[in-house]
Amino acid sequence: MQVPILKQGPVLIATVQDALTDADLHRLRDDLLQRVGTHRSLGVVLDVTALDVLDSFAARMLRTISHAVRMRGATTVIVGIQPGVAFAMVQLGLRLDGVDTALDLEDGLNMLARTIRSADPTSTTNLAGLAGLAELEWIDR
Amino acid sequence: MSEISTEPLVMPIANEADIVAARQRGRTMAIELGFAGCDGTLIATAISEVARNILLYAQRGEIILCCVELGGRRGLSIEARDSGPGIPDLRKALTDGYSTSRGLGLGLPGSRRLMDEFAIESEVGRGTNVTMTKWVR
Repeated sequence: MQVPILKQGPVLIATVQDALTDADLHRLRDDLLQRVGTHRSLGVVLDVTALDVLDSFAARMLRTISHAVRMRGATTVIVGIQPGVAFAMVQLGLRLDGVDTALDLEDGLNMLARTIRSADPTSTTNLAGLAGLAELEWIDR
Repeated sequence: MSEISTEPLVMPIANEADIVAARQRGRTMAIELGFAGCDGTLIATAISEVARNILLYAQRGEIILCCVELGGRRGLSIEARDSGPGIPDLRKALTDGYSTSRGLGLGLPGSRRLMDEFAIESEVGRGTNVTMTKWVR
């Protein structure tokens, strides 16, 4: 199942909707790396709230996506890792080294806004919309 | 308490979608057995790892899910078996970070940590059999 990717200002938001096969994860990686260039994005939020399992392959792919997106000049934040999933990942021995995480979409967007702002304080990129979007999503739940 | 089927459920593993199906079925069984939500996730993750090993090393095999009862305790037993190449050095295979594929080498040692009981038998050229159980707390 394909992961929809939304563009909101300088940020891409990829929301995983359902369990992902390895092929889905490969496609997500390729799509995100491509779109970061197409839209000249500065940040990516990868929302995994809907994932009920993150095994070693999926975790490695999230790390790869995050690091490769950084090579393309953008920052990734993984949001929405569920309590049981977090616990299982630790038990399994998985660490998301060098990967930024946040509790949910709202926190992730705030984190990206701060990162983008501090990387280029004079940037004219409008970040105001990011927080507003998080609020909309929040109400939607 | 509701009657729980003790009939083993055999799930063939031959492609990526089978991995997802096996772990989802395992989670459903865990919840039916009375496992708490977090435990269901731990079980599903362990199933995903051993099913992935089957696909990676043996190309095909099966996952057998079975409800077990022992001394008034209920549990879920998971067997992963294949007729693949087998594991020459089990001790190494159970060490974190050791992998003969391009994986992370966390599958077997990680699954052992996720479950309560874990046993592995393997014979080179004959195949591998992993049996693991988690008990309802």
